[in-house]
Amino acid sequence: MGKTLAEKILSQASGSDAMAGSIVVSKVDLAFVQDTTGPLALREFEKLDFGKLACPERTVLFIDHAAPSPSRALSVDHVFIRSFAKKYGCVLSDVGDGVCHQIVAERFACPGWVIVGADSHTVTAGALCCFSTGMGSSDIAAAFALGKTWFRVPETVYVELSGCLQKGVSAKDIILHLIGHIGADGATYQALEFGGEAVRRLSMADRLNISNMAIEAGAKVGLFPSDAVTHEYLKSRGREECWQEIRADDNAVYQKKINIDLNKLQPIVSRPHTVDNIALAKDLKDIKIDQVFIGTCTNGRIEDMSVAATILNGKRRHPDTRLLICPASREIFTEAIEKGYMKTFIEAGALILPPGCAGCLGLHQGALGDGEKCLSTANRNFQGRMGNVESDIYLASVETAAASAITGYITDPREVL
Amino acid sequence: MLTGKAHKFGDDITTDHIAPGRLAHLRSNLPELAKHCLEDADPNFSVNVQTGDFVVGGKNFGLGSSREHAPLIIKMNGVSAVLAKSFARIFYRNAVNLGLPVLICNTDQINNGDVLEVDLAGGYVDNKTTGTRMTFVPLPSVMLALLNEGGLNPYIKKYGDFKF
Repeated sequence: MGKTLAEKILSQASGSDAMAGSIVVSKVDLAFVQDTTGPLALREFEKLDFGKLACPERTVLFIDHAAPSPSRALSVDHVFIRSFAKKYGCVLSDVGDGVCHQIVAERFACPGWVIVGADSHTVTAGALCCFSTGMGSSDIAAAFALGKTWFRVPETVYVELSGCLQKGVSAKDIILHLIGHIGADGATYQALEFGGEAVRRLSMADRLNISNMAIEAGAKVGLFPSDAVTHEYLKSRGREECWQEIRADDNAVYQKKINIDLNKLQPIVSRPHTVDNIALAKDLKDIKIDQVFIGTCTNGRIEDMSVAATILNGKRRHPDTRLLICPASREIFTEAIEKGYMKTFIEAGALILPPGCAGCLGLHQGALGDGEKCLSTANRNFQGRMGNVESDIYLASVETAAASAITGYITDPREVL
Repeated sequence: MLTGKAHKFGDDITTDHIAPGRLAHLRSNLPELAKHCLEDADPNFSVNVQTGDFVVGGKNFGLGSSREHAPLIIKMNGVSAVLAKSFARIFYRNAVNLGLPVLICNTDQINNGDVLEVDLAGGYVDNKTTGTRMTFVPLPSVMLALLNEGGLNPYIKKYGDFKF
């Protein structure tokens, strides 16, 4: 019987015939934690009494969520994380290096890998055809110790993409459209697999953006095939040798197929307080925005910085609208400086945040006041997500966010392009 | 047999409702974090909840983050099981890993404050207040194996590996 991408990867990783519904014990190629889930996982690991990591060079501790730390308690957590890295000889990615999911894509992920991370947006590496998924601290502790984990092989929802995105419409609009269409639990316990003739026109940045939000439909993974785009990306990263072509079989069995015609998509905004509560940007033009946030593991890549700089070039933010811009990694930050994007942002009235997760999780750097509205390029608009239950978060593309920063209201970017 | 009162919540209770991100500085101080459990959905939850009580949700309970702190502080508040129409994937697995039973059943028939009796082995919930009985979907055998050992950590300590 033909296999989906999820079944193919898990068959290889478990050395068994992994088909939807079966339980497999799979090797883990990369396991990681970040600083808000890490301490619990590291303590659980120590309680297991294994004494050593299964694979220290493939075990990564990221300090990115509270980076730099806003409080004594979190600094103490960071001290613990750093000492654990030294003690067990694993990889540490410290304050300022950037968001875990971006760095996993840049430096680690290879097609066909199984990746588990103590962060729900670990699904991001599905863009590189990794079975990459978020787990809790206990599961990650076990993966640290054993170098393996167990999975129920998920059924797959196939998302066939056709056509071309129109000007002002981006990959973010594809995934917001999909989640709005199937619901925030529309793919619970399932894999999302993206295919169709339009996939070859989606860059790695587009794919990372889409895979990143698979979890917002409840999916276990959001997978793209490993193809020429993947090859080109890995080559640009100096990691060409780890490329392998991975495609689903033509006769793979899917639970459901969904078609999205990219020609028809328009800029979309996800309204408070669930990601599936979508509307067209053009229908929300009366909503005044207090803060625009561009960045995160969803939309903090160099391509996003480029889009934002193009729209903001020679413009100013609306005087009532704060503009925060956060590159997702040190490398992106450096490149954005070299290309002049940062100067454009600062001249447009933006505040630049250090590479990291920043305001996305409401911990620091951009928490909202009572009654305030934020338009964010992040992946989640849950109540209280940005530090205050009495505030509203709208999610949109970088195009829509940058356009709205200029006008002060939710704005269809096609109006300013 | 588990007995306690129902604390009823609506659909789509997120991990931010249960263990808000803004309180990340309390994650290495779990007793303090537990006082804020479900605070953004019901500010009085941790004051009102009694040992043995149940958290009852609607659909997609626990969506969002992978933070295991969410089911952990529910458990630390003495909750004996979480019942919902459906669960988000990571929350569901995390709860089982911690030895906290998560039961999928039609929670429309449960009101806030109802007294419930849950028979884990029998697979049913008796609503003592309304006199109705509901069955729940049995846990997959792998998860039952973990739950029976008190969670993933005790399971690994006992077997040293996954023995499925």
